[in-house]
Amino acid sequence: MTVSAGSLRASYGGQGMAPAHPALIFDHIGMTYANGTQAISDVSFQVSPGEFVSVVGPSGCGKSTLLRIASGLIRHSFGSVTVEEDKIGYVFQDATLLDWRTVEQNVQLPAELHGIARPEREKLAQDAINLVGLSGFEKHYPKSLSGGMKMRTSLARTLTLKPSLFLFDEPFGAVDEITREHLNEETQRLFNQERFAGLFITHSIGEAVFMSTRVLVMSARPGRIVASFDIPFEYPRNPDLRFDPAFAELCAEVSAALRSAY
Amino acid sequence: MSKAAAATADNVPAPSTARPKTLARRLGETLVPPIVLGCAILIVWYMISYLVLNSTNRFLLSPPHEVWLRGFADWNNFSEILIALWSSARVAAIGLSIAICISMLLATIMSQSKLIEIAIFPYMVALQAIPLLAIVPLISFWFGFGQTSRVVVCVLISLFPMLVNTLFGLHSASRGAHDLFTLHRASRLTRLRKLMLPAALPAIFAGLRISAGLSVIGAIVGDFFFGRGDVGIGQRLREYANELEGEQLLAAVIMSSGLGIAVFLFFTWLSKASIGHWYETRSARDD
Repeated sequence: MTVSAGSLRASYGGQGMAPAHPALIFDHIGMTYANGTQAISDVSFQVSPGEFVSVVGPSGCGKSTLLRIASGLIRHSFGSVTVEEDKIGYVFQDATLLDWRTVEQNVQLPAELHGIARPEREKLAQDAINLVGLSGFEKHYPKSLSGGMKMRTSLARTLTLKPSLFLFDEPFGAVDEITREHLNEETQRLFNQERFAGLFITHSIGEAVFMSTRVLVMSARPGRIVASFDIPFEYPRNPDLRFDPAFAELCAEVSAALRSAY
Repeated sequence: MSKAAAATADNVPAPSTARPKTLARRLGETLVPPIVLGCAILIVWYMISYLVLNSTNRFLLSPPHEVWLRGFADWNNFSEILIALWSSARVAAIGLSIAICISMLLATIMSQSKLIEIAIFPYMVALQAIPLLAIVPLISFWFGFGQTSRVVVCVLISLFPMLVNTLFGLHSASRGAHDLFTLHRASRLTRLRKLMLPAALPAIFAGLRISAGLSVIGAIVGDFFFGRGDVGIGQRLREYANELEGEQLLAAVIMSSGLGIAVFLFFTWLSKASIGHWYETRSARDD
């Protein structure tokens, strides 16, 4: 199951689905900052629709850099990135809500920026709000929301444009454990429903294994992919899956790979 | 896990009903201490007027009721103060409006280009550092001794806090929010309009409160130097002092600070009314 760096080939995980056209292809990506720091080195993998790939790794290994490259926020130094879809959903580390906008106005923002007419973007936003279970809170301002609700709003905002590629940048790191588990279940449910291509950055092994079809382990700086694990569990995944011996065994394997990656 | 169950687990907004104190009680708690202190000050004032000063030099600090009778209750005297105060308030308002326009424009331009910001900023600091007294001759040289020069003083004195706060506010949007706008390929104008300006509002209002107070000071100080034209409260203050009209002098001082307080309260209210529904001034929530 473990594949060494560089020679990693994408393997279509878990679901027995026919491999669709990849939504994201990293081909021997390297990133060196202007000050000479090598952030990531020779990373290759791809994510197809219906795949939920998590990248775990020590902090500072360049996991988030990977997402910033995929979304075009920064330029990589080596290799090539192919993103099939124009519409990318990016879920940030913080909720990054605009405080002066209500939940629905925040959720509408991407559609607004893309010039979608009001009636349609209201409908899109309402759908997204319903999808994350925030109906009834449309008129609330972020200041009256809990951390978990802010994150849901952020999730809904990402869903508005119905992107086919989702990038998650350690989105649930700031919320408490229980909320995090709920959000993991929600995300997994959304994935099962929408079957987008997901790339999820986290340092929580349990979170990665619970939601993903595949877990990649990244080494300390310069970040390289040192291991890949297919997660075979069926969707929708039950919260009790976390207590399954097979789940625990997979977590242990990922953990061992992660420890050797430091 | 059902949606509803998940919603109750992490979605509980703090209820604001659990507050045993009534409004009247809270009002009492905030009003009683200053009233008690005010009474104490009045007592000390009387003691100085009658026990420290004798009848020949009592004009230096007339007792409160004399100030009331001569300065406020005598309509002739009081209307004189009010008219002067109105003139100064107008000068302050014009000066503040000009300062707001200039600083908003400058801050917006500076926020769009680091180069321009670096170029302009040292001069704004220098302008702020010039002692007002030092450029009074220059102002009179260029703008004369009338209303215009007083307005110029107001602008100069209230420009800097407004500019610095607006600039700070325009830079206050988080990096994540900027990334969001970048991802959706927002134009420069859209970013400014939908992200930077709204994010700047709390800082702009904070700057506005400081600058408004300063512009009142500027108007009164301007009166001292530029006495032609309308009679402002600054001129009246000087006049009362020269004529040893202690009661009217004190009344004019009280009214001047009253103007400052009114301006401050107005902008505090305006800030609350404009952004209070989304902006958290203090940690109003307990989590």
